Amino acid sequence: MAKKAESTLKNMLLSLTLIAFVASLALALVNNVTKGPIEKVNQEKVANAIKKVLPEGVEYTINADTVSVTTDKGPANVMRYTAVDAEGNTVGKAIESFDNNGFGGKLTAMVGFDAEGNISGYEILGSSETPGLGAKADKWFQKEGKGNVIGKNPANDNLTVSKDGGDVDAITGSTITSRAFCRLVATAYDAFKQEKGEQQ
Amino acid sequence: MKAKDIIKNGLIKENPIWVLVLGMCPTLATTTSAINGLCMGLATTFVLMCSNIVISLLKSVVPDKVRIPCFIVVIATFVTIVQMVMQGFIPDLYASLGLFIPLIVVNCIVLGRAEAFASKNNVWHSFLDGLFIGLGFTWALTLLGIVREALGAGSFFGVNFIGGADGMLLFILAPGGFICLGLLMALINHIRRKSNS
Repeated sequence: MAKKAESTLKNMLLSLTLIAFVASLALALVNNVTKGPIEKVNQEKVANAIKKVLPEGVEYTINADTVSVTTDKGPANVMRYTAVDAEGNTVGKAIESFDNNGFGGKLTAMVGFDAEGNISGYEILGSSETPGLGAKADKWFQKEGKGNVIGKNPANDNLTVSKDGGDVDAITGSTITSRAFCRLVATAYDAFKQEKGEQQ
Repeated sequence: MKAKDIIKNGLIKENPIWVLVLGMCPTLATTTSAINGLCMGLATTFVLMCSNIVISLLKSVVPDKVRIPCFIVVIATFVTIVQMVMQGFIPDLYASLGLFIPLIVVNCIVLGRAEAFASKNNVWHSFLDGLFIGLGFTWALTLLGIVREALGAGSFFGVNFIGGADGMLLFILAPGGFICLGLLMALINHIRRKSNS
């Protein structure tokens, strides 16, 4: 076996510095390779979600802006994607909304509204909810799910869980996730109602 | 030491989960389904292999007193590479496992093998040790995932076999993880002891 380098200050400094240098070089290289694909994946994810939650059967172009909303942790910015048809009428808006107090932390979802403010669809973008419980939120509130919110309008319907006196059936065993989802929808509706935000 | 011994060591005799009982945090966190367990196992295997090779190469130039920070830098580098590659090229997997990938850095199996094996053995043996300790970890996680998913969600690798009913949620959550882990560990060690005598 080769002789081990002695633990002198010079040796320690030299080896640690060298290793850290090589490691950062390697990471920079990999980052260069993966940066493009990661960005593309994220953009596709958002683009697909917008398409999925907006009303179907209409041709539209998307205008993106950011609007300021109030959340439990103070003001925050959310992305708003407004779908405009050929005549310039708004056919719907998709809002990338979030809530900080899911069971596992932050819950992010794209929520779509038609021009009147009826919910046309939603898609969970990021969650750390419990698998088998809160993670069911991706299907539960859809049209065929038990807690269907599609077609409801936050202006007329009380979109809180039934335990809190609202109209939404909470996910069995996951009231906290369900509450977070309802707050997230409320935040999205808040952004939906606002005037033109900051152009992107 | 022969290659055959290293292979047997990793898969059974010193299996990180059933025998060494190392790395319990990712074990309990990721085995909520069979596929998550399998993927976490494979990601850890990759990191173990790479870090074992590099640490074995570095063993004579790294002074003893700074060996742990050096090992951790090497391990963290590989983990970050796995994370970025996964995020860019297999986004679906990243969506379900992304949260746990950084945990590989602090997985005691990786540092444990670096300390106990790679820093004392040659590159070829260290590579084998990394590969088979990793595979031992993988089969253990997959088995645990299969059992928990079957009991908790009523499905096998995502294919539901109990119809519309819900599974026993307890087994998806942490307590069920501990119960399954304990029972499986007892069973496997019983079989192991029997076949030894």
